[in-house]
Amino acid sequence: MSYKKPEIVAAPFDFKGINKTLLKTMYLRMVRAREFEEQLYYLFLSTPMPGTMHQATGQEAVAVGVASALNEDDYVTSNHRGHGHCIAKDVQLDVMMAEMFARRNGVCKGMGGSMHLCDFNRGMLGAFGIVGAGIPIATGAALSSVVRGTNQVAVSFFGDGAINEGVFHEALNMAALWKLPVVYVIENNQYALSMPNELVSAVTDLSTRGSSYGIPGQTIDGNNVTAVYKAAKKAVDSARAGKGPFLLECITYRMRGHARFEPASYRNKEEVAQWEKFDPIQRFKHALLEEGKLTEADFSAIDEQVEKEIEQAIAFAEAGEHVGAQDYLRYIYEDQTLVGGVA
Amino acid sequence: MRQLTLSEAMREAMIQEMEADERVILMGEDVGRFNGAFGVSQGMLDKFGPKRVWDTPISEAGFMGIGIGAALTGLRPIIEFQYADFMFCAMDQIVNEAAKLRLMSGGQASVPLVIRAPQGATGRAAQHSQSVEAYFMHTPGLLVAMPATPYDAKGLMTSAMRMNDPVLILEHKLLYGAASPGGGKALSDNTISDIGSDVPQESYIIPFGQAIIRKEGADVTLIGTLVMMHRALAVAFELEKEGISCEVIDPRTIVPLDEETILNSVRKTNRVVLVSEDVERGGVCAELSALIMAKAFDYLDAPVVTVSAKNSPVPFGPASEKEVIPQYDDIKDAVHRVLRDD
Repeated sequence: MSYKKPEIVAAPFDFKGINKTLLKTMYLRMVRAREFEEQLYYLFLSTPMPGTMHQATGQEAVAVGVASALNEDDYVTSNHRGHGHCIAKDVQLDVMMAEMFARRNGVCKGMGGSMHLCDFNRGMLGAFGIVGAGIPIATGAALSSVVRGTNQVAVSFFGDGAINEGVFHEALNMAALWKLPVVYVIENNQYALSMPNELVSAVTDLSTRGSSYGIPGQTIDGNNVTAVYKAAKKAVDSARAGKGPFLLECITYRMRGHARFEPASYRNKEEVAQWEKFDPIQRFKHALLEEGKLTEADFSAIDEQVEKEIEQAIAFAEAGEHVGAQDYLRYIYEDQTLVGGVA
Repeated sequence: MRQLTLSEAMREAMIQEMEADERVILMGEDVGRFNGAFGVSQGMLDKFGPKRVWDTPISEAGFMGIGIGAALTGLRPIIEFQYADFMFCAMDQIVNEAAKLRLMSGGQASVPLVIRAPQGATGRAAQHSQSVEAYFMHTPGLLVAMPATPYDAKGLMTSAMRMNDPVLILEHKLLYGAASPGGGKALSDNTISDIGSDVPQESYIIPFGQAIIRKEGADVTLIGTLVMMHRALAVAFELEKEGISCEVIDPRTIVPLDEETILNSVRKTNRVVLVSEDVERGGVCAELSALIMAKAFDYLDAPVVTVSAKNSPVPFGPASEKEVIPQYDDIKDAVHRVLRDD
C-alpha cells in the first residue's frame, strides 16, 4: 500500500504579502483547532460527554488557510470532521464546547452535536454527516449570491472520500455552467475511513477531477498554511470576480483514527511517523521563527490565550443547562404546533 | 367567477408571488424553455428571465442541494421535479438535509423552499407513475400538501411559498386540466369533476392543516386526496341515490393533518373508508387508520376499511394498471362493505 508522502507536495513557506496580524491570527486559529480537539479527546475519557467526534488533528492548515482568504460574510459548508472549519470561521469556542456537552447554551442548542456544528452568524451553513452533502448546498449559496447580487463567495470543505458521491459531479457541472462563485476544497487526508484513495478512485490526482467540467484545479501542500492561503485567495478572488468555480486539493494527513478511539490499524506506524514530522503547526512555527516574523514570546502568548479560552469554554459549557426531554419539539418546524402525532 | 385549470392556478400562484417577492425563484428540468413538462410554468422564463427561472441539467440531487443552499441564504426557491418518481434521486438532500437542518442547527437554519412534483398513474409505467406521499409524510421536518382542485392549488401553493419550512406540493397529472399533457385523459375520466375551479384573481392563502368537507353526510366518512378524493366524491353522489349518505373529506395537507375534522366526522358517522393512491403497505391509509384507532376507537361501528394501491410497482398494461390503482368500483364496494359489517 502506498500513500502520498509529505515530501511530494511539501512547499516552502511564503510570507510575502501576509502581514503580521494575519500570521498571528492564522497561528492562533490553528492552535485553537488543535487544542480544542485534543481537549475533547480527554473530556470524552474523563466526563460524560455524549456521542462521538471526528478529529482533524494534522489538518488544521487547510481550514485556517482557506478561511483566512474569506470575508466574514462568505459562506462555508463543512462535514463530520468540522470543528476546525468552525474555528477557522471564528465560531466561538464556548458555544462549540457547550454543544459538545449537549447543553442548551450550545451553538446548536444541543440538537446537532459534534457532527453538525454550525453558526449561521459566521456564514457556517452547516456541517453534514453525509460527506458530500455540503457540495451542492455551497453551490446553492453561490447561486444565491449571484441572484441577490451580494458578491459573496461560498466554500465547500469535503474529504477525498466525498468526491465519489454523485452530487460532487452534479454540483460541479452546474457551478461551471453558470460560473458560480464557489471554491471546492478537497481535504485529502488520504483515508476515507479505512480506504486509501487509490483503492476507491480510478483517478487519484484529485484536482483534475473537475476537468470534465472545465473547472481549473490545483494540488497543494495542505500542511502549509501560507501555501493554502495563497492558493485559496487566488481561487476565491477569481470566483468573486465572476470567473467561476475552482477545485483545490489540499494534501494533508489525518493523524488520528477516523473517529474517537478508532485505532486506524489499516495504516502503518512508519507512515504516521513520516507525516508527524510535517505537522502543520510545528512547521508554521519554525518557519515564522526562522524568518523572524514572530517570536517565542508571541507563541507563548497565543498558547496561553488558547489555554484560557478552552478553560473558559469548559466552564461556560458546564454552567449551561442540560438539553431537556422536550427541547427537540422547538426545532422540527418553525411552528411547533405542526409536529403532530397519533399518541 | 373565473374558472382556471389546476395548472393555470398553480402558475398564477407562482407568478403573483414572484412579482411580490423577488426572493422567489423557480428551478427544475425544462421549466423554462419548455414551460415545464406539464406546461405549469408556461411563459415564466420570458416573464422573469434566467436569474429567476433556472432550467437545470438532469441532476435532481444536485439542484435539490442548490435549492437548499439558496434557501439557507436568503432566497425562497420553488424546485420542480418533473415526475415525483425522480425525487428518489434527490432523497438524501430532501430527507437528510432539507428536512433535518432546522433541528440539527438548533433552529438557526430555515429552509424556505417549495418542492413541486407531479405524481399518479397515467399509463406511463412504473417509473413515472408512483404516488410518493407516504415517504414524505414519514419525514419529520417536511410539510406535505396535496391540492385536488385549482382553488386549493393556488391557495396552498401561495401558503407554501410564504412558509419557512420545506414544503412538498404533490400534484396529480390527471388533475392538471385540459390544457396540459394528460389533460385530455382527465376529461375522459368521469370520476374527476371540476369542483373548485372557481379561482379568485387576487392572491390568497389556504392555511396548512385545514381539511375540507367536500360533501356532508351521515352514514360513512370517506377520506381521500387528489384523484382519490374525486373518485370518492363521485361514489358519494352515486350512493346518495341508493339512500347512503357519505361524508367526503379532503385533508388537503397530510403534514400537518387536520385531525379534528377527520375525528369529528368519524364520531358522527361511525364508519370510515380511507382511500389513497399510494400502496397499501406502510401507506397513508395505514397512518390514518392508526389515528382513528387511537383517538376515535369507541365511536367505530365497524373496522376501518382501506382502499389503497396494490403492493406493486405501477404496471404499464392498462388492465394491470387499473387493477393496481383504486377505481370507482373499489371505493363503492368498500362503502357497501363498511356498512354491512356490524
